[in-house]
Parts: sequence; structure tokens; C-alpha cells
Amino acid sequence: MKATVYVTIKQNVLDPQGAAVEGALHSMGFQEVGKVRIGKYLEFELDTTDRLEAEQRVTLMCEKLLANTVIEDYRFELEG
Amino acid sequence: MKFAVIVFPGSNCDIDCYKAVEQTIGQPVDYVWQTATDLSAYDAIIVPGGFSYGDYLRSGAIAQFAPVMAEVVKAAEAGKYVLGICNGFQILTEARLLPGALRRNKNLKFRCHSALLEVVNNETPFTNEYSKGEIIDVPIAHGEGNYYCDETTLAQLKANNQIVFRYVAGANPNGSVEDIAGICNEKGNVVGMMPHPERAVDKLLGSEDGKRMFTSILNVWREQHGAAVNS
Repeated sequence: MKATVYVTIKQNVLDPQGAAVEGALHSMGFQEVGKVRIGKYLEFELDTTDRLEAEQRVTLMCEKLLANTVIEDYRFELEG
Repeated sequence: MKFAVIVFPGSNCDIDCYKAVEQTIGQPVDYVWQTATDLSAYDAIIVPGGFSYGDYLRSGAIAQFAPVMAEVVKAAEAGKYVLGICNGFQILTEARLLPGALRRNKNLKFRCHSALLEVVNNETPFTNEYSKGEIIDVPIAHGEGNYYCDETTLAQLKANNQIVFRYVAGANPNGSVEDIAGICNEKGNVVGMMPHPERAVDKLLGSEDGKRMFTSILNVWREQHGAAVNS
């Protein structure tokens, strides 16, 4: 099974990199851009076919290591 | 009094911390590699600055699971003194020994210069030789020192007098909440700070204002252990 994890800075927490990229896009003429957030993308294989178990295990991985839930949100997708 | 300086792959302020302990208070100090599983011999533990595990994923994210960290947690719970400096502060927040998190500096710059700090809480074991409100000069060197915590946590920090250092008004180098530069846990035995007191222990280094953090802790330890001063 393949897991895809997205980690982003919480909406109410300042994302300085996102703000800088937004500024760059604006200065390039892409005025329609707003609320840029930069996050992390992780993908990995899971040696299991049990979807429920995979969901629980990936949640644990996110809570313990992949995201810092003080400042970050996470979501993930499972395929296969 | 015996000090441990924890060393992770990527630590780079370990030598400075070791030398600072030697030169300011002349107490026994050891480098302790991150795989150690027993810290019972030590009275104080310094988690030094650097880029542990290359700051991969997040600063301190991987280091928090190094074998020695379970021992650091144990030591903190036992009331021993734990000081996290810079990356050490990041590791202590990741390990949840201290509340909050350190974000990328607001201006995205790696800030490396001297910084003026206000001693907000001079009642911790690490700050008792300063006066409350005293302004001290201690250098910073970080790209991710922008302290964040939510409103509830901030209210708790204030209510429990857990804000130890603030950058002086108008000179916040990283955008941290309420100009916070360093905090402690509820008991006060665990302190985390972005500035580097170990780099301010001699006038030749530009400031010796960090020295009293080390003498403070030795004094407290001696009081607790009934040891004669100057022994």
C-alpha cells in the first residue's frame, strides 16, 4: 500500500516562507494569488493490506514524528 | 556538581558548552553521545545548539527520539537541571519538555549577532544571579527561533512566570510571540532559550553576560546539597 502525507502550517500560524512566495508571485504580476502556504509532501510504501490498520499506523506516525501538531496540520491518502 | 553535554550528529555548540562549564565554574563535565541510556551520574544536562540530524523534517524532530532523550525526560521529571540552547531548545519543545514550537524566522534570515535580552524571571535555577528586568547581552545564531504557542499556552506561561527571557522591545530578531527568547517548564528546572549564553562567558567574546547562568546553577545546586561554597 502507498501512503501520501501532506503536512502544512496551521492556518492561524504565520508561514513566513508562504508569505515570501506570495510576495514574489505578486511582484511577478500574479496579483490573483492569496494565502500561499508552504508544506511538506511525503510518500512511502506500507507493508500491509489492512487499510484500517494502515490508517491507524500512519496517524500515529504523523502525530509522533511527521508533523508537529503545535504548529502543523496533516492529512494523508492511502492507495492500493 | 556534574554536567553532561549531549552530542547528536550535527551538534556544533557542544564544545562551547563544555568549555563554558569548565571556564565559568570549573565543574566536571562530560560529552555524552546521543545513544547513551543512563544519565544518572549527572546533576545538570545541557542540550547544545547545532543542526542535530541535519534539521531534517523539522529542527529537533528526529533528535527527540534519540535513545538519550528518554533519559533527559527522566532527568527532567526527577527535577534535575536541563538547559536547551538554540537547537537544544528546539529539541526540548519537540520532546514536549517545554510548550510551544520554534518556527522559521519571520524575515527568513539566519540571524547571527549579539542580542539584548530582558531577564523576565530571575527565580529559575539558571537565572538567580541576574536581577529581574536586567538587560543582558547574549548572542543569537538561528534561522528558526520564532517562538510560537497558542493563546491558552501563552496565558499559562505568564500565569506561571515561565517566560524567562525576552528580546528587548523593538529588537525582536525573529518575530517570536511576545518577544519570547527563552522559557522554562512549570517546575522551573527545564529552561530552553534561543540565545547562546555559552558564547558570552568572557569579555574577549564580546560579552560575559552569559556567565551567570552557569554560576546561578552551581549556587542552587550547592544550596540544595549543603556543599560549602568554594569547595
